[in-house]
Amino acid sequence: MAYLELNNIYKTYGEGDGSTEVLSNINLTMDEGEFVAIVGFTGSGKTTLVNLINGLLQPTSGEVLFKGVPVTETSHERGVIFQNYSLLPWLTVGQNIYMAVKEAFPKENKKALMEIVKNYVGMVNLSPAINKRPKELSGGMRQRVAVARALAMNPEMIIMDEPLGALDALTRGNLQDEILNIWSQDKRTALLITNDVDEGIYMADRIIPLKPGPNATLGPEFKIDIERPRDKTAMNDNPEYKKTRNSIIEYLMDIGDERKTVSDVEYKLPELTPKSFVA
Amino acid sequence: MEQEMVLKNENSLTSSLKQMLLKLTPSIKKDGIIKSLKNTGITLLSILLFIGLWQMGSKALYNKEANYRVEIALQEQGEAAAVAERACIESGDSTCQPNTLPSPSQVWASLQSLIADHKVIRADKAAFVEKMAVTNEKMISQGQDPIVYTGRASFVDIVLTSIKTVFAGFLLAMFIAVPIGIVIGLSPSLRSAFNWFIQIFKPVSPVVWYLLVFMIVKTLYIGDSSDNAFVISFISVGLCAMWATLVNTAMGVSSVDKDYINVAKVLKLGTFQKVFKVILPSSLPLIFTGLRITLSVAWMVLIAIELLAQSQGLGLFVWEEFQNGANDSNSKIIVAMFVIGIIGFLLDRLMLAVQNMVSFNKNEMA
Repeated sequence: MAYLELNNIYKTYGEGDGSTEVLSNINLTMDEGEFVAIVGFTGSGKTTLVNLINGLLQPTSGEVLFKGVPVTETSHERGVIFQNYSLLPWLTVGQNIYMAVKEAFPKENKKALMEIVKNYVGMVNLSPAINKRPKELSGGMRQRVAVARALAMNPEMIIMDEPLGALDALTRGNLQDEILNIWSQDKRTALLITNDVDEGIYMADRIIPLKPGPNATLGPEFKIDIERPRDKTAMNDNPEYKKTRNSIIEYLMDIGDERKTVSDVEYKLPELTPKSFVA
Repeated sequence: MEQEMVLKNENSLTSSLKQMLLKLTPSIKKDGIIKSLKNTGITLLSILLFIGLWQMGSKALYNKEANYRVEIALQEQGEAAAVAERACIESGDSTCQPNTLPSPSQVWASLQSLIADHKVIRADKAAFVEKMAVTNEKMISQGQDPIVYTGRASFVDIVLTSIKTVFAGFLLAMFIAVPIGIVIGLSPSLRSAFNWFIQIFKPVSPVVWYLLVFMIVKTLYIGDSSDNAFVISFISVGLCAMWATLVNTAMGVSSVDKDYINVAKVLKLGTFQKVFKVILPSSLPLIFTGLRITLSVAWMVLIAIELLAQSQGLGLFVWEEFQNGANDSNSKIIVAMFVIGIIGFLLDRLMLAVQNMVSFNKNEMA
């Protein structure tokens, strides 16, 4: 039995004539401990897909099975790292994480919970900032808080919705390593949504492109057979890396072109001649 | 450890208080000095200009009325009467002064006299309390009500009564509007159920609110000889002023950022937790904006309501001085006007300070 299963998922927003089908016929299976990346263009329905898996949205038809049970609501077993951090601005870093931990482990006493908070804040290197508020932190630091919050609840599966999209290249690289570290330590299952092919290749076991929406659907999967731990600089010379990267980009370019030709309506221009005001 | 975090919270509260004080005191930066001097200079200049214009205006009005009086005397009683009238006006005799817009110096003199009057009344009151101390003790021991001072209220007492009324009204408005606002903000069906009610009663004039409250309170107090003017006026003020808070609270609660709601869902917070830990904190800035508007509306309608309710506040003071028509009545009205304005300004500043303290996104508020 697959760990996570998406069977013939369709998702439509709105009703009647005004409705748009964002996702159609999505099928995906993931095994336990696997790291899967879904790569897609902006606006292709990636966030909708994430929200279907974490339980914030319900599919119009089809079903999401998590360990064989249909997903009908959010669960502490599936931790989510949101695209825009979604930290509560009136709470400090520690309080933001504490709130999550308290919900995840309602039986633990305060001291034990604070211990967990401290642990995870330390893990993302934010111990000095534990009493700061999100607005006092940089974008990268905020994202690290969001990572710590999701992981501190000790979920079996981590769902990441473009977690590093808004960060600069350097911070991005560091955080990728941090996430990989945590993932490999506890061998959790991870689903990464991203628009960066390199990020996907560096982090994931499998990459699946999402064709652009409306009617977005998953494309053929690309297996990444590069041994872990992967080294960013060495990877650039790895022939396997080059091959995979090229084929993915080629595929994405193709469907990008396809989209262009589909939407390429020819407009007939009216015949106009400039009026002369002189003579 | 959570206690530690709470402590940290208090620390940040005191530090933001400090920051507030720093902002209120003029900055001592080198570049700042010239700029703040310049700003103070411009303010002073505009005050002087205002007083100058006021002086000129009141002088012109004074002359117009004086000339008219002399003219009338000339037409009706002849040359001699006209000369006598002019002499009377110029001598400053209080029986024949034109009654018009007072000059700044007259207003200043009235302020002085009101303060002097306050000192006299205070001394009077102290003497009375001292005199009655023994008698009152006896009366209390016998289970009777003590005799209290019931003399004339001084200007300061009047101002304090007004401030007391406005705060009582403000608290009433807050205790009614914030809970109802939260409830109707949370439930769209309640919101549409209450909407007509809010839309109809929001624009009702303070005078009508007063009449409505009067009808009800009068009956509730029936057979009770105690003075209900204060009760009537603070309830009317509260009912007039609560709408801004009600609407803002409902809006704040119903328009919480979807991201925060998603966080609450993913963390699987219970309804109670969701309301108190996510929805309320995120709508606090809007609630406080509403409360600030409520306080300033309360102060504005207070004057009219005190006048109607015969409550011993600034509203009644202004009206009684107008009815009184004494020589210095007009200048006392102007004194009251300035006092009303200044207190209103200070109340607004107070609310702004509180608002800045509770809002987490100071940069976005600006």
